[in-house]
Amino acid sequence: MRISPKITERIAKLFLWSAAIFTIGALIFVIGFVLAGGLTHISWSFLTEPILDMGREGGILPAIVGTIFMVFVAVGIAAPLGVASAIYLAEYTREGKVTQAIRFGINCLAGVPSIIFGLFGFILFVVMLGFGWSILSGGLSLAAMILPTIIRTAEEALRAVPASYRDVAASLGATRWQVVTKSVLPYALPGILTGVILGIGRSIEETAVVIFTAGSAVQMPTSIFDSARTMAVHFYILAREGISNDMAYATAAVLICTILIINVSAYTMMHRLTKGRRS
Amino acid sequence: MSKWLSMFLCVFASLMVMFVAQGCKRNSNAMITLAGSTAFQPFAEKLAEKYMETNKDVRINVQGGGSAVGVQSALSGAANIGMADLLKLPPDASALTSTTVAKDGIAIVVHPGNPIRELTSSQAHDVFAGKIVDWKELGGADAPIHVISREEGSGTRRSFDTLVLGGEKLTPNALFQNSNGTIREAVANDGQAIGYVSIGLVNDKVKAVSLNGVAPSNENVKKGVYPLSRPVFFLTKGEPTAGTKKFIDYVLSEDSQKLLEKEGLIAAK
Amino acid sequence: MDKFISRLLFLAACSSTAILALIALFIFKEGVPIMAKTGLGHFIFGREWFPLSGQFGIYAFIIGSLWVTFGALIFGVPLGVSCAIFLAEFAPRKWVGILKPAIELLAGIPSVVYGFLGVMWLAPLIRNHLGGPGLSILAASIVLAIMILPTIVSVSIDAIQAVPKNYKEGSLALGATTWQSTWRVILPAAKSGILAGVILGMGRAVGETMAVIMISGNATTIPHSPLDSVRTLTANIAIEMGYAIGDHREALFATGVVLFFFIMILNTVALRFARRKF
Repeated sequence: MRISPKITERIAKLFLWSAAIFTIGALIFVIGFVLAGGLTHISWSFLTEPILDMGREGGILPAIVGTIFMVFVAVGIAAPLGVASAIYLAEYTREGKVTQAIRFGINCLAGVPSIIFGLFGFILFVVMLGFGWSILSGGLSLAAMILPTIIRTAEEALRAVPASYRDVAASLGATRWQVVTKSVLPYALPGILTGVILGIGRSIEETAVVIFTAGSAVQMPTSIFDSARTMAVHFYILAREGISNDMAYATAAVLICTILIINVSAYTMMHRLTKGRRS
Repeated sequence: MSKWLSMFLCVFASLMVMFVAQGCKRNSNAMITLAGSTAFQPFAEKLAEKYMETNKDVRINVQGGGSAVGVQSALSGAANIGMADLLKLPPDASALTSTTVAKDGIAIVVHPGNPIRELTSSQAHDVFAGKIVDWKELGGADAPIHVISREEGSGTRRSFDTLVLGGEKLTPNALFQNSNGTIREAVANDGQAIGYVSIGLVNDKVKAVSLNGVAPSNENVKKGVYPLSRPVFFLTKGEPTAGTKKFIDYVLSEDSQKLLEKEGLIAAK
Repeated sequence: MDKFISRLLFLAACSSTAILALIALFIFKEGVPIMAKTGLGHFIFGREWFPLSGQFGIYAFIIGSLWVTFGALIFGVPLGVSCAIFLAEFAPRKWVGILKPAIELLAGIPSVVYGFLGVMWLAPLIRNHLGGPGLSILAASIVLAIMILPTIVSVSIDAIQAVPKNYKEGSLALGATTWQSTWRVILPAAKSGILAGVILGMGRAVGETMAVIMISGNATTIPHSPLDSVRTLTANIAIEMGYAIGDHREALFATGVVLFFFIMILNTVALRFARRKF
C-alpha cells in the first residue's frame, strides 16, 4: 500500500512539530521553574556581597567570580587542546586503525561519570601534584571532562567543510597548516563553537567534579591556587543540606543568566568573525 | 568592533596573569584547612566566619567531600582537621586523634498529611526491617509504606541501624537518598513515605514522629530520654599546630557550642 | 615546520586517550583487588549489596544502568533528532538562530536542579497516575532524556546544516517533497554528525550522577517494570563514596571498573550500528 508523499509529509510535519514543541516546552518549564523560585531574591546586594551565615544571608559574589575563572581555565585548556586534536583527526591523517582507536577512546571518555573525574582529579591534582583544592585543579579536571565534546563536534565541523576548499588552497601551493588555518578552520568555526558552548554549559553546571577538586570555600578567590565555590556547588550545598531554598534558587537563577550572557557573547563574537564568509 | 574585542581580551589576559601571579607568591600566613562531613560543613563555615572576625591573620578553609574524604585528608595531610560524622571510626583512623565537637539528633519523619504521629521502638524496627509493609497496620491509610533511608556508611544511617534496627537488615525494598535535604524533599512529596533526618532540619514540610511517646527534640536527646543521635568528630593527625589547636578549642568553647545549639545541633558535652 | 606541527597535533590527539588510560589505571588499581577477593562471578552476578557486612553483588545495578540508559536514549534520541530536523529543515529560518542557543541554555542547568524538579514534580505525577513509588526508572529516563537533549539537538542541527545545499536542491528539483528530501538525502548525509551527537548524549546519560541519585530511588533490588525504583552503577559509586572506607571503598571502585566495560561495550555497539547502511 503506497502512501502518497504528500500524506507522509503531513504526518512527518506533525511528528516533528510535536517533538519541537515538547523540547521547547521542557526548556521553558525548567527555566521557568528556576526563575520563578529565584528571581525575586536577586538584588544588587545579592550579586555583590560575600557569602554569609552558611549562605542564608549576604550574596554570592565569591561564587560568581569562582565560576567565571573556573570556566575560563577549563575552556582555556580544553578548547585549544580539543581543536588541535580534531584538526589532527580530520586533516592530518587518513582514516585507519589509529584514528578509530583514538576516536573510540574519546567516545568512551565522554561516558566516564563525573564522580570518577572528581576522584581522579582529587588524587592527581589535589594530592599528588600538590595543587590542593584550587581553581587550577578544578579547571584541569573540568577540561578533561569537556574535552570529548569539543573534539567530536570540532572534528565533525572540520569534516563538513567541502573538499574543494582544501584542494583550491593546496593547488595554490599552501602548506597543510596554511590550508587548515586559512581555508578550512574559518568555515568550521560555527560548528566548533557549538562544542565549546556545550563545554561551557557543562563546566558551569558540574558539581561533583568541582567539589572534589576545587573544594567549596566560601571566601572570595584571589588566585588560581585558591579554593573556590562555583554557583552550581553553592546551589548544591544549600539545597542538599536544606539550608535555604530561597537563596539556592536565586543562585540558580543568576547561574542561568550567566550562561545566557556567555553564550550570547560567544555567538555574537562568532558572527562578527565569520561575517561575509558564510557559504 | 575588533578594536573593542582586542582591548577586552588584553584587559582580561592581564587580569588572568595577575590572578596567576598572585598565587605564585602566596604567603603562608596561618591557614587552617578542614575537610570532610558535608552535613557539618555549613556549621564549620559559620564557626570559621566568626573566628576570623576576631583572628584576622588566620584564614580558614572549609571543604566538603564526605566523612571518608575527611578521614583521608587528615591522614594525608591535605587538611589540618578532618570532619567526620560516622558512628564509629574506621580502623585506618586509629592513627588520628578524634575530638567530639557536637552531636546531631535524628528524627523519624513522615508526610505532614499522614495521620500517624508516633511509633513504638518495635513498630519503627518492623517498618524499617520490612515486617510492617502497609500503613493500615499502624492505623493509617490503606497504602504501602515507602521506606526512604540514607546510604550505607553514612553516620546517620549507622546510628539508625544500630539504634532502631538493632543489627537486623534494612528492608530490601527501601529507597535511598544521600543527604538530609533530599530525604526531607522526598518525604515531603510522598504521602506514603517514611524516612529520617537531622532534628535540626525538621520543618513544616515534614512531620517528625515521637518515639515511645518521646518527642524528637534536642532537649530530649540531652536529657537522655530520646535515643537517636550521632556524634561529629574533628580528626587530627599527631600533634595539631598551635593555630589548629586554638581553633578546636574555640569550637569547644561555650559560645561556639551555644551557637551550634541555636543552629539545630547538640553540644558535645 | 609542517612536520613539527603535525607531531604537535598528534600529541594533542593522543591526550584524550592518555587521560582515559590514566583514569582506567586509577580505577583498576583501586578496584581489581576487591574483585579478586570477592570473586568475579559473585561480584557481577551477586544480588546482595550490603557492603558493611562484606557482601558485594552488583547485578541489580548493572540491570539498573541498562534500563535507565536505554530509557533515556529511547526518549531522548528520537525527540532530539526530530527537534533538530524540525529546526534545521522545517522551521522558519529565523527560529534556529534563537532556539538553538535557547536549547543550549539547558546544558548549563545544574543536574541537582533537574533532580529537585524530578522529586517535586515528576515523581509525584508518576506515583499518582501510574503507580509505584514515583522515584523510578521512568522518572530517571525522562529527566535524563531532557538533560541530553541540548547535546543531541545542537550537534544534529550542525550536522544537518552542514549538508551542501545542492543535495536538497537537486532532490527538490526531481520532485521530492521536503520530507522525502530530508529523510532520503539529507539525513543519510548528516549521519556521521548526528551519530556523534547521539554518542555524546549517551555518554552523558551513562555518566550522570546527581540527578539520577535523586530520582531513581536507588533501591538495591532488581527492577521488574519501568515503575520500579532502581540503582545505577554510577549512582552506586556516588551515593556511598562520601563515607566509604577500606573494602567498601574498593568495592565502589570495582563498580567503576564494571562501568568502564559497560561504557566500552555501549560504544562498540554504537559503532556497529553506525556502520550499517541506511
